Amino acid sequence: MTRPAISVRGLRKSFGTQVVLDGLDLTVAEGSVFALLGPNGSGKTTTVDILSTLTPPDAGEVLVGGADVTRDPRAVRAAIAVTGQSTAVDDLLTGAENLRLVADLLHLDRRTGRARAADLLERFDLVEAAATSPSTYSGGMRRKLDLAMGLMGDPRIVFLDEPTTGLDPRSRRAVWDVVRGLVGEGVTVLLTTQYLEEADQLADRIGVLDGGRLVAEGTAAELKRQVPGGSLRLRFADRTALDGATRALGTAGADADALVLEVPSDGSVRALKEVLARLDDAAVEVAELTVHEPDLDDVFLALTGRPTPNVEVSTP
Amino acid sequence: MTTLSSTMSDSATMLRRNLKHALRYPSLTVIVAAMPIVFLLLFVYVFGGTLGAGLGGPSGGRAEYAEYLTPGLLVLAIAAAAQGTAISIAMDMTQGIISRFRTMSISRAAVLAGHVGGAVVQTLVGLTLVVGAALLVGFRPDAGVLEWLAAIGFLALVSLALSWLSVAMGLATKTVEAASNVPMPLLLLPFFGSGFVPTDSMPAGLRWFAEHQPFTPIIETLRGLLTGTGIGSSGAVAVAWCVAFTVVGWWWARRNYERRPAR
Repeated sequence: MTRPAISVRGLRKSFGTQVVLDGLDLTVAEGSVFALLGPNGSGKTTTVDILSTLTPPDAGEVLVGGADVTRDPRAVRAAIAVTGQSTAVDDLLTGAENLRLVADLLHLDRRTGRARAADLLERFDLVEAAATSPSTYSGGMRRKLDLAMGLMGDPRIVFLDEPTTGLDPRSRRAVWDVVRGLVGEGVTVLLTTQYLEEADQLADRIGVLDGGRLVAEGTAAELKRQVPGGSLRLRFADRTALDGATRALGTAGADADALVLEVPSDGSVRALKEVLARLDDAAVEVAELTVHEPDLDDVFLALTGRPTPNVEVSTP
Repeated sequence: MTTLSSTMSDSATMLRRNLKHALRYPSLTVIVAAMPIVFLLLFVYVFGGTLGAGLGGPSGGRAEYAEYLTPGLLVLAIAAAAQGTAISIAMDMTQGIISRFRTMSISRAAVLAGHVGGAVVQTLVGLTLVVGAALLVGFRPDAGVLEWLAAIGFLALVSLALSWLSVAMGLATKTVEAASNVPMPLLLLPFFGSGFVPTDSMPAGLRWFAEHQPFTPIIETLRGLLTGTGIGSSGAVAVAWCVAFTVVGWWWARRNYERRPAR
């Protein structure tokens, strides 16, 4: 494997007496997408702030693109782009002027700046909106302009802090497409999210952040394997059938109101046949059967001991 | 690119941004001029008859007071503009775009320099309007071309000094509301100096304060340049105060900018 794009060892950060990061270790391979998944207040934004040189770490080694964030922040800044939760656009300038501002600050010559701005406006479907102020844009358009401004500098590493929080499903999909496009160009992406689906959709590897450290890390499949198997959901027509099934299978997990019985199972056909055979023997009729694979919600619950975070509230 | 030339180029980019803001929303420039113009009318037409007689000059009255008042009002206008600068940088800091600037490989002083440069230009435009109004109500400066140029340069220096100070003040506050209150003393100091009445008309303690606070030599220097009164040592003292304000403001602003929490 080549040198990692991001390497974090023993990162600590406290604000006053509140410990936010408590010995975080993190490695992100070049050209991959890493998702930091965590509930509110788990330290996701603080991690991005430190990696993007906005906040100094208290302790630990943080290398981004091979440069140390404390000793050589300029080298880090030259390699990265950041899209935070609050969109970093200038509402008093037009969309095109925002891109030109960034081009000037990057010291791009006029032609390169224009070409790149035109290309990004085209790619993000913002050509028509370019002449108006971002204050008239939809949330998704603002986020796209924000991303485009970050990409003007041709960054090798992109940080996305909850890039789709507050976006409607269509805009969310548009942002996902952008992220996939970046990966196609070999850009490394670190994104934070509280949407399990987003991590599942985009990330090569997922780190679950809780209490200021990674409590689990791996591919979506690996994480799912860490939780005890899936289950079969059996729904019955009435209470009698539910009780009969509960007796026949000898399991708890009956929901009397919904007339549903959850049976732990690895989801294999053999296990399925066995359950059905036992219900047949007891002459219990099943109204509906679904196989429930463990998803990241289960992973989250198993790892943190809490249900998944409230998805509509953004971290402070 | 060397550090210095990239700092200059980034500062120029930021200045363009601030001037574009000012052009698109000219209300702030108008406010900079409006308050001193209202004071001008108030002091010349309401208080001017009495205050002018108190000056003890040969002509006395309103016209003489307009003559005396205008330099002080111009300095008051700079102080009022400084308040606007503190508000505008505090507002800028609440925008996500500042976080973007801080994660880009650009000179850190450029954002601040852009605000200061923009503020100085905006203030000079505002001062032009105030001078125009003063001429209309009877201000008759006897300054020649050289004296006018010196006066403009001096006003720019005062504006630069107070802008750096107000940028620092704007960064030191946590909210935009607070940023509008902190520069208040700057607005009051011309009144407790030679801005509106000669200091020798004040009681002893106040007079001592008025003669030693920075705004009095600044106002006296400007008055000397525009109306030909004696400048004496005021010129050197005024420039020294301006340099001190600039250095302290610059240092304080840089420190506040670096220390501001990320978001």
